[in-house]
Amino acid sequence: MEILVCVKRVPQVGGKIVVTADGQEVDTRMAGFAMSPHEECAVEEAIQITERLGGAVSVLTLGPPDAAEQLREALALGAGRAVLLETDGREWGPIATAGEIAAEARRRADDGQGYDLLLLGNEAADTGDYQVGVRVAHALGWPCVTGIKGIEITDGTVRARREYRGAEELFEFGLPAVITVKEGINLPRYPSLPGRLRAKRAAIEAHQPQWRPDGLRKQALRVPETERKQATVLGNGEDAVPALLAVLDELGVLP
Amino acid sequence: MTVLCLVELDGTGAADASLRALTFARDVAAPGGQLAAVVFGEAGALGGEAPAGETLAAYGVTDAYVMEPAQLAGYAPLAWARVLAGLAGQTGADAVLAAGTDRGSEVMAHLGALTGLPMAANCVSAARSGPGPDGAGTWQIVRQRWAGLLLEDAVLESSPALATVATDAVAPVPADAPAALTVHAHQPELADGDLAVRATESATRSGGVSLATARVVVGGGRGVGGPDGFAPLEELAALLGGVVGVSRVVTSEGWRPHKQQVGQTGTKITPELYLACGISGAIQHIAGCASAKHIVAVNSDAAAPILNHAEYAVIGDLHKVIPALVAAIKARGGSA
Repeated sequence: MEILVCVKRVPQVGGKIVVTADGQEVDTRMAGFAMSPHEECAVEEAIQITERLGGAVSVLTLGPPDAAEQLREALALGAGRAVLLETDGREWGPIATAGEIAAEARRRADDGQGYDLLLLGNEAADTGDYQVGVRVAHALGWPCVTGIKGIEITDGTVRARREYRGAEELFEFGLPAVITVKEGINLPRYPSLPGRLRAKRAAIEAHQPQWRPDGLRKQALRVPETERKQATVLGNGEDAVPALLAVLDELGVLP
Repeated sequence: MTVLCLVELDGTGAADASLRALTFARDVAAPGGQLAAVVFGEAGALGGEAPAGETLAAYGVTDAYVMEPAQLAGYAPLAWARVLAGLAGQTGADAVLAAGTDRGSEVMAHLGALTGLPMAANCVSAARSGPGPDGAGTWQIVRQRWAGLLLEDAVLESSPALATVATDAVAPVPADAPAALTVHAHQPELADGDLAVRATESATRSGGVSLATARVVVGGGRGVGGPDGFAPLEELAALLGGVVGVSRVVTSEGWRPHKQQVGQTGTKITPELYLACGISGAIQHIAGCASAKHIVAVNSDAAAPILNHAEYAVIGDLHKVIPALVAAIKARGGSA
């Protein structure tokens, strides 16, 4: 089972999001970066699948040179090979991104080591385009499901589960396929020390794809105007319980 | 111009998110435009007298294209997208919209891939801004990023325009006057492989109150301290007829199952009351609870960011405050 996991480097925002003065990106001077959350679970899922069925996990990201950091995170967790589609820092749209991921899958197939499964996150935390995985599947002519919370693979058949209106939906299809997952499909492991050391030394295969525009052109980012509240403090500790009870009574939520 | 809108059905008729998308789509179609709905399900449920059909007319839909289950049964994302592509051509629609739900997002992604056109996810506004350089439609849009924590102003050049409507973009509002609705039984033309991925829904529905629709949510965060600290929160939630929701750190630590997570990567909640206990208020969490009508925080840190989103706060240890509140509610019940 050869699996490719696609991850994205996104800012780690804490208490608030700040936009740069030119309105073009999130101000990351005070922020770190991390793998987008659904994709952490995609990496974990890929490792678990190969632990059960054998095979190998490759990890790919399209991003600036610094995105190698996220590839090494995945290598530390158990991915065996990393591919960096290196950008000049400009934001890529979903059509161009999907095109480059599909190109990597074809390169690998031409080398006689084609992937059986591509895993992505359901949507990236930052841009939230909800479509890269589906576009990759179309480019490759593979089946695709999104938002998956459970994967079983038996004899080349995938059973993928997700939630729908409080019930469960089940999809069955053959490999190769593209699946996008959501956080909650598993609980990602922490990297081991040997894993970290291996990741530090690992070689990363790099390509420099050419940026091209999508039909959706970003003009500016802004923080929505919301009424900024400052909570009325009802009191400290247990002494505040009568006041809290009165508030709940006024809201009409008491039994 | 015609605007085509995918309408999802729930057990009782058009889903709430789809009514919101229709409200949005009607604004995009006006003035003088046609609003057409695409429905996968029983035409009988739309016959004009039936609730869903009346609802569509009330929302200003002039034409409903219905795929009978005999033609296309069950949810098959690629097949649904193929139907939308065909109808977009047939009606000359200049925009195709769907709610930014799991299914809406998935179907529109397929439609984008099928047509090679861009798809703008989670729009909160869209307006035509004239033909582009090569005659393509040009749209000025605003869409959500970071689950709504950021807005993006963007230009979309595409004919037709493809977009999903953020589920909290607009409230569901019927048209000033109902439209005369024509129902068309549509014969879809599918391609090989369109049904390769098709859902079977399991019969088992989880019972009880769901996090997404609960009237009261009692939230627990890092301040709960560990997997054993949730009993008082559970007791309080049960007393108030609500459920427990948790922050991402709680599910990442494995203290509680992921399905209880409130936030960008969990569930968006819309309760009357969100009582956030020991939750600092990371922005990804706020993305999930900002639609609560009232937020009350219990936190030992008077400077926690959650206090900037809450109406009321108690400063103190939740392990003391919540059991005392439970006791007070019980005592009150006893005296009433």
